[in-house]
Amino acid sequence: MELFVFIVAAAVILTGALGVVLRSNPVHAALSLVQTLFGVAVLFVAQEAHFLAAVQVIVYAGAIVVLFLFVIMLLGVDRADDLRVEPLKVQRPAALVVGACGLGALLAAVLVGNPITGAHGQGEPNAEGEGNVNALARSLFGDYVFAFEVTALLLVIAVIGTLLLTRRPPRADADDEPELLP
Amino acid sequence: MIVALEVTTSWYLALGAALFTIGAVGLLIRRNPLVMFMCVELMLNAVNLTFVALSHHLGDVSGQTVVFFVLVVAAAEVVVGLGIIVAILRRKPGATADDIAYLKG
Repeated sequence: MELFVFIVAAAVILTGALGVVLRSNPVHAALSLVQTLFGVAVLFVAQEAHFLAAVQVIVYAGAIVVLFLFVIMLLGVDRADDLRVEPLKVQRPAALVVGACGLGALLAAVLVGNPITGAHGQGEPNAEGEGNVNALARSLFGDYVFAFEVTALLLVIAVIGTLLLTRRPPRADADDEPELLP
Repeated sequence: MIVALEVTTSWYLALGAALFTIGAVGLLIRRNPLVMFMCVELMLNAVNLTFVALSHHLGDVSGQTVVFFVLVVAAAEVVVGLGIIVAILRRKPGATADDIAYLKG
């Protein structure tokens, strides 16, 4: 059963990822990204990370991809790119060679190398009895509470920075503010 | 059923490696900045999958905590990155990565 789940989820993930790279229309690429994210969420459930599976669907598929689609629709760039245009002649073969080498190195490290050992960490065990959410909450608000607070600061800075970045200039004639881009 | 295959952690790591490679190659060959951003999301998801697989393997929930932080950073990154893309595409509609070469000199 776990094998079946893994194979189906892996097929969903890989076809979605290839769809992101190969589909010429950005909207189709975004929908393929949703497919990949759902496949990853299924594998999270298979690995007993139930809370992260829910967060994956809500944050990624619910917020991030909607933001992508919103920007695509807002800017009106939802026409298909011409994928045959290749400004640098050697770019795609070089990218494929680099990708093949990277994949080979990673797979060699994972499959041929030493089996994964590693000492069990000092953190909270992934307790089966009390549930995944409790263990994750104790880790997040216990060991990592300072990092958690810093992420709140990060989000506030990101929101303020984006507001300043995408604000329209106040007046067209008041050109005392330097232009960000030519 | 001929062979009762068991899904080990290495399978998840191999799938994460494949997903990361697809994202990296897509980042290198695509020129639409939005699609390049989606490829970055693919790579982040590959790393998340690896973290969760090792967390399950080692019986330690800290890996899932790291995935939580990766999610937060990905959300902040998307907000800032899409803001930059909106600012660029508003001035130059249809700009690709090749058109944004002001620092080239």
